[in-house]
Amino acid sequence: MGKRIAKEVSIAVAEAVKQCKVDVIAAYPITPQTHIVEHLSELVANGELDAEYITVESEHSAISACLGSVATGARTFTSTSSQGLALMHEILFIAPALRLPVVMVVANRALSAPISIWNDHGDIMAQRDVGWIQTFAENGQEAVDLVYHAFRVAEDRRVMFPVIVNLDGFNLSHMIEPIELPDQEQVDQYLPPFKPKYKLDPRKPISMGPVGIPEIYTEAKKAQDEAFKNAYKVIVKAWDEFEKIFGRRYRPIETYRMDDAEVALLIMGSLAETAMTAVDKMREAGKKVGLVRIRLWRPFPLRDFVRAVKGVKMLAVIDRALSPGATGGPVAVEVRSALYQVPGRPRIANFIAGLGGRDVTVEDFEEMADKAYFYMKKKPKEPYEMIGVKE
Amino acid sequence: MLKELAKFKGFSAKNLPKEEPFAPGHRACQGCGEVLALRLALKALGMNVIAVSATGCMEIISSPFPYTSWRVPWIHIAFENAAAVASGVEAALKVLKRKGRFPKNRRVDVVVFAGDGGTGDIGLQALSGALERGHDFVYICLDNEAYMNTGVQRSGCTPYGAMTTTSPPGKKSFGQMTWKKNVPAIAAAHGIPYVATATPAFFLDLMNKVKKAALVNGPAYVHVYAPCPTGWGSKGEDSIRLAKLAVETRIFPLYEVIEGKYYITRKITKPKPVEEYLKLQRRFRHLTEEHIREIQQRVDAEYERLLRLAECL
Ligand SMILES: Cc1ncc(C[n+]2csc(CCOP(=O)(O)OP(=O)(O)O)c2C)c(N)n1
Ligand code: SF4
Ligand SMILES: [Mg+2]
Repeated sequence: MGKRIAKEVSIAVAEAVKQCKVDVIAAYPITPQTHIVEHLSELVANGELDAEYITVESEHSAISACLGSVATGARTFTSTSSQGLALMHEILFIAPALRLPVVMVVANRALSAPISIWNDHGDIMAQRDVGWIQTFAENGQEAVDLVYHAFRVAEDRRVMFPVIVNLDGFNLSHMIEPIELPDQEQVDQYLPPFKPKYKLDPRKPISMGPVGIPEIYTEAKKAQDEAFKNAYKVIVKAWDEFEKIFGRRYRPIETYRMDDAEVALLIMGSLAETAMTAVDKMREAGKKVGLVRIRLWRPFPLRDFVRAVKGVKMLAVIDRALSPGATGGPVAVEVRSALYQVPGRPRIANFIAGLGGRDVTVEDFEEMADKAYFYMKKKPKEPYEMIGVKE
Repeated sequence: MLKELAKFKGFSAKNLPKEEPFAPGHRACQGCGEVLALRLALKALGMNVIAVSATGCMEIISSPFPYTSWRVPWIHIAFENAAAVASGVEAALKVLKRKGRFPKNRRVDVVVFAGDGGTGDIGLQALSGALERGHDFVYICLDNEAYMNTGVQRSGCTPYGAMTTTSPPGKKSFGQMTWKKNVPAIAAAHGIPYVATATPAFFLDLMNKVKKAALVNGPAYVHVYAPCPTGWGSKGEDSIRLAKLAVETRIFPLYEVIEGKYYITRKITKPKPVEEYLKLQRRFRHLTEEHIREIQQRVDAEYERLLRLAECL
């Protein structure tokens, strides 16, 4: 087992990618993803990582080159943020449909305009429906661990879907944290070599990416959807395996002080640490507040989620993205619909917070929990509200 | 002369490869110049190929699931990114060979097929990136001078005066009002080892150029002029005639750029008037004599420019 060493999270993530022995990297720089790809360039330049690094001229080409590479049978990695992810959008749909298991780390950042390099989830929420497996990291250790997990799951022949590991830009990507990088043997034990069943090889020619006439399009999509839902089991099993080898346990949904909670804060990503402090404070004041964190966003872990919020009266859903004019932020819309058929379901208060790098403080969480208590008695006027807006 | 090309003797009518990597039974229109060029190009390359297509006519007509015309491994991802996809394929082959996961000595040519739109317009950035990075691959642009797959809309490669569905002649328009974009010159400006122009009318020349493009180390670009009876309003049986006339009128000169040096591969000493070429196509039917004179002048000037490039460099 490796030692816990203080490291910048981006550097640790790049080291983890190296330990996964990627064959091809294609990436284009964008803040705050830059430290990840810069460090990978260094590792390749020093010969510490034997890989082809394609310095593409755009993110659209980054993801396109990744698909070409993984289709040829090479383990492939990319990373981006914000505008870069948006530029990839068109191609993101094609990867899972062709069952091409690329792994991508997204250092989450707000979308323009106004242009902002700072953190929120606007970039990734715009990619909700692309059909990639998506996980969210809370801290540096988790970010690193999710990278090993991502390759293991993506390339599993029962899965063969691309994976996005989300980590909050700056708030996580640029933090120095104590992180334990496992020994190479452990990673090798966890992650078998990439051996896709189908690949571009003149010895066994296949056609990839044909035209889907109306007679087969629906069936193709049905097959994709079934396979995607089935990926859930492999995702969870891969975390079980992870625990056996590395000793750290991950589940699709994480809970904190949820026994007997009346109000639950629901969050994703690195806000969890502050939220836990807020929960502790409120518990001390006698308020029955707990915390739920979604780690696996796609495929959405419906059963785990329903179990996690059972008995809760009011769910305070914190969205880090705005869906203008919708009935809530993307997370709230998701969980409201997830809970709709559940008897005795909690009610929902939805808060949009932490946009474009705005801090979400312990006090903000307290305010949201208080509002949630208030809304137990009096229904909110609007389906969602923004927190921390200056008057 | 590049050393990679020194041993290549060239194809002749007697030593044509027997293999047909592109199968018959595809759904292209009768007299399609693109599919003919595509078939010949693949014939020149053989079976040790990984092909990447951009969205467009050739991708559509060759792959209606569950059918495929491709007897070589083939991938299509999207419209504007074929060069980027090929970059990934090439990089993967390189690293897999290095790591012993693909036979080291097995030669595999990575080849892109894209239309003029997928190359010179929406795909220009990805193409430029791939050429600049020096991937060892062949990029073949099949230029039918418009977006045919979507119903004959103008592209940057549509010639001056041509009628398309988005450059219709009218009271204030005579069709396409801009001159054709010189995409092979853009490719050559990247300083890549090999650039060529070709047409299926001179099929041995086309096959030889494609083969040379594959033989050189590094990126190579072949711009193929490909008549499209459906989009041009010409007769299917006139496609080869048009492809030949385009060369003989000097509208589409045949040349190579090897390591930056221009070579005219078919000198046209007694050019035919452009009108002979234009009048066989409905897309030029509305043009006045004045327009035709303008086109003639431009063609003469461009050819002069090309001659100078071939001489002084
Ligand atoms: C991003 C994007 N924009 C537009 C299209 C629609 N589209 C598909 S093929 C095509 C034109 C293809 O023209 P060209 O590259 O010249 O090939 P051709 O069909 O003429 O052989 C267009 C506009 C698309 N598929 N993707
Ligand atoms: S429209 Fe033109 S390019 Fe397309 S298949 Fe028909 S003839 Fe060929
Ligand atoms: Mg075209």
